[in-house]
Amino acid sequence: MTRMAERPVDTNASHATDTDVLMAGFGGQGMLLAGKVLAQASMEIGKEVSWLPSYGPEMRGGTANVIVCIASTPIGSPLIESPRGLIVMNLPSLEKFGPKVKPGGVIVINTSLVDRDAHRDDCVVIKVDARDLAQKAGSARAANFVMLGAYVGAMDVVPAEAIEYAIEEEFAGDKAKFIASSVAAFRAGYDAGRQFRRS
Amino acid sequence: MAKVLMKGNEALGEAAIRAGCVHFFGYPITPQTEVPEYLVKRLPEVGGVFVQAESEVASIHMVYGAAGVGIKCLTSSSSPGISLMAEGMSYLAACELPCVIINIMRAGPGLGGILPSQSDYFQATRGHGHGDYQLIVLAPSSVQEAVDLMMLAFELAETYRNPVMVCADGMIGQMMEPVEFPGAGRGAPFKDNDWALTGKKGRTRRIVNSLFLAPEALHQHNIHLKEKYDRVHANEKRWKLDDGGAPYDLLLVAFGTMARICKTAMDDVRKDGVRVALFRPITLNPFPTEACRAAMDAMPAAGRVLTIEMNMGQMVHDVKYAAEGSREVGFYGTAGGIVPSPDQVAEQIRATVGRTCVV
Repeated sequence: MTRMAERPVDTNASHATDTDVLMAGFGGQGMLLAGKVLAQASMEIGKEVSWLPSYGPEMRGGTANVIVCIASTPIGSPLIESPRGLIVMNLPSLEKFGPKVKPGGVIVINTSLVDRDAHRDDCVVIKVDARDLAQKAGSARAANFVMLGAYVGAMDVVPAEAIEYAIEEEFAGDKAKFIASSVAAFRAGYDAGRQFRRS
Repeated sequence: MAKVLMKGNEALGEAAIRAGCVHFFGYPITPQTEVPEYLVKRLPEVGGVFVQAESEVASIHMVYGAAGVGIKCLTSSSSPGISLMAEGMSYLAACELPCVIINIMRAGPGLGGILPSQSDYFQATRGHGHGDYQLIVLAPSSVQEAVDLMMLAFELAETYRNPVMVCADGMIGQMMEPVEFPGAGRGAPFKDNDWALTGKKGRTRRIVNSLFLAPEALHQHNIHLKEKYDRVHANEKRWKLDDGGAPYDLLLVAFGTMARICKTAMDDVRKDGVRVALFRPITLNPFPTEACRAAMDAMPAAGRVLTIEMNMGQMVHDVKYAAEGSREVGFYGTAGGIVPSPDQVAEQIRATVGRTCVV
């Protein structure tokens, strides 16, 4: 397996903040996969990570979520009651988790499916038309990577190149046909999220 | 080897192969199904055998057969399935056959639920099958430790010719974390031994048997087993004490997932000046009684002990046994698959030391 070390990326201090993000949507919308890519990329730049999925008795179309923790020291609880970041693909996820986000946190909302406000004046709220951007990038199915891109663009938790590399790794082999559209979707989301980056 | 991001269940499967396991027998059950799912792909690649049995009862007896002929083998299940294996574990221990059993605990009793729990502590350390026997029980609190303890499990199984249980909960099984595996490829088989049934040609006959109808012979067999368990208790206790290098007035005792949550809660309350330490047993059997007691004795006279578990109070009995009445031992726990949050644990800590949160 090729490793990150072969493709040096910027691992400077701007990615030094410990953080956690809850990513939620319907089963099949790819939040668990997007979370895995975030965890993989963060691991590759030398971070401690944990990826904890919900695993209730769910079915296709049910809700699915994952908590990704990223830190520079070993992670204690991988279970986070009040996450610092929230990415929601659908309305039930926003209603369930929106109120739990830590004050000062960031909420990324998929406006293709959510026509409601977060009602959190104490958080940075980023609205992204994920399906539209994903379609323009080549595949509506890559909406999950648009959302991940918006989060990473705003929060700068990991360099964009590390995410792109993790996407390539994830889809290596017979799924390679998904790489181009997924990376393009991530980039589109990243550019949208970047405008919200705190200096 | 570089770190890879892996689910606990899958990492346990890979670690078994690195430890030299070549046979797996099991039956699917949430939340451990990724163990067989991983091994059904991996074992044939390393020349191993994977059998999905018709039940957990069959799985454990296939382990009995394979271990009897000297094969390094494994089975895996979750709480209700482990109950079904109980009889087989008794036979394996009686015949002194080395093997490893994974229990990815879910909430009980009965069919219960599928979410994480630690409600099989009694079962793992006291219960399961009938008769005077013990398993060695190892409890990981991270995916990396699950890998390390899996390697150790096969080692201890071989050293003591005894079944070893790796006892984790659904959270460790389902979670992904970076892991590093020792070695490469399939590990070594059991060393030359004098017990495996390999065909008597050129040597005296061997018998794997747990039936002793003569009371004196069975008594002697029990004494022999007891001597072995005594050696295990003398040599294999493992634990971790996290006192942050400072004195403490409250000692938390927790294992597995719960210990990690305690860690985060401790980081929180230490900011308010609460002096707290965590004692984490890694071997649930043998329980590190003396070390636990020493961690209590390191506190001032007013120091208190709080055991936190994802059950209704099981390990707390071993903690009380360690305390021998020298300290008040409190308990906090949740059941049903509800994992206490770090905030809830922090609240318990503050309530125990009699301080309120300073904001």
